[in-house]
Amino acid sequence: MRNDLVLRVVGKLLIPFILLFAIYVQFHGDFGPGGGFQAGVIFAAGIVFYALIFGLENARKVVPDALVEAMLAAGVLLYAGVGVAGLLLGGNFLDYFVLDADPIHGQHRGIFWVEAGVAVTVCGVMLKIFYMFAARGDGATGLGE
Amino acid sequence: MGRRRGGTIIETLIINALLVLMALAVLVLARTRNLFAVVVLSGVYSFLMATLLVALDAVDVAMTEAAVGAGVSTVLLLGALHLCKSEEARPAHRPWLPLALSGATGLLLIYGALDLPDFADPAAPIHRHVAPRYLQNEVDVPNVVTAVLASFRGYDTLGETTVVFTAGAGIVALLRRRRHKGGGDAQ
Repeated sequence: MRNDLVLRVVGKLLIPFILLFAIYVQFHGDFGPGGGFQAGVIFAAGIVFYALIFGLENARKVVPDALVEAMLAAGVLLYAGVGVAGLLLGGNFLDYFVLDADPIHGQHRGIFWVEAGVAVTVCGVMLKIFYMFAARGDGATGLGE
Repeated sequence: MGRRRGGTIIETLIINALLVLMALAVLVLARTRNLFAVVVLSGVYSFLMATLLVALDAVDVAMTEAAVGAGVSTVLLLGALHLCKSEEARPAHRPWLPLALSGATGLLLIYGALDLPDFADPAAPIHRHVAPRYLQNEVDVPNVVTAVLASFRGYDTLGETTVVFTAGAGIVALLRRRRHKGGGDAQ
């Protein structure tokens, strides 16, 4: 698919908006449909789209393997870290009310970081699975042939 | 709820039409031997499912279904297809026993579902247990789904995230070891 002009042009036009939409879904999850899981998947889908059109090698330059693998664990750690922060501030594990002087604001803060953790892990896992499958095809060129 | 009264019949029609289309997709899926067609059809099934979930007012789940079921898993299945033959081998046995088993399970599930409360019945037990407290919205987040997932059920979501992480780690462990054993190449 690398040499398909239509795909390349449409991909270049669409991918920024896919990534922007993922960020919108992430931060607007409190008010509309969406949240960390959906945002992570959509963000990963944008990168996968890029890898399909421009090849796995180029995608690996944009989002390197080391970063993806760090994302796997970082999200869960961030999530659990919010829980531990609640403990340290005198509440229960995953108690957001204590995260700020104003309990409601503390809830918002807790939900924000928890959703961020979910998004990071989900995005990392989706990308890692795709990278591993694609790399098994024919050497390192992946699906984009 | 007043808005929905007039649209109920049309909504039921749409939902039933989608369900019929999904059943058709499954029938064709079971009959098709070409794996590429199977992957595309399962994407079609996922999109029908996502549309159905929108019709049932479960937009959060619909979004996940569209992104994961139709989007990413289609790509992953295509990637797997890239590694094997695109035509499914003929089965050695006639699938009568599995068919009878799944038919019996389906009938049992339908029999069990007859006892469930009506769809969207406000008097159903599930709506009278903790749901009223969730809807008081003491965390002040307009999307109740997000409030329930991230705050009220924070433990569950931490578990889910860990499951996703474990799945990713499992895939890494499986595919990496193969590569080391086989020398340089990935097979």
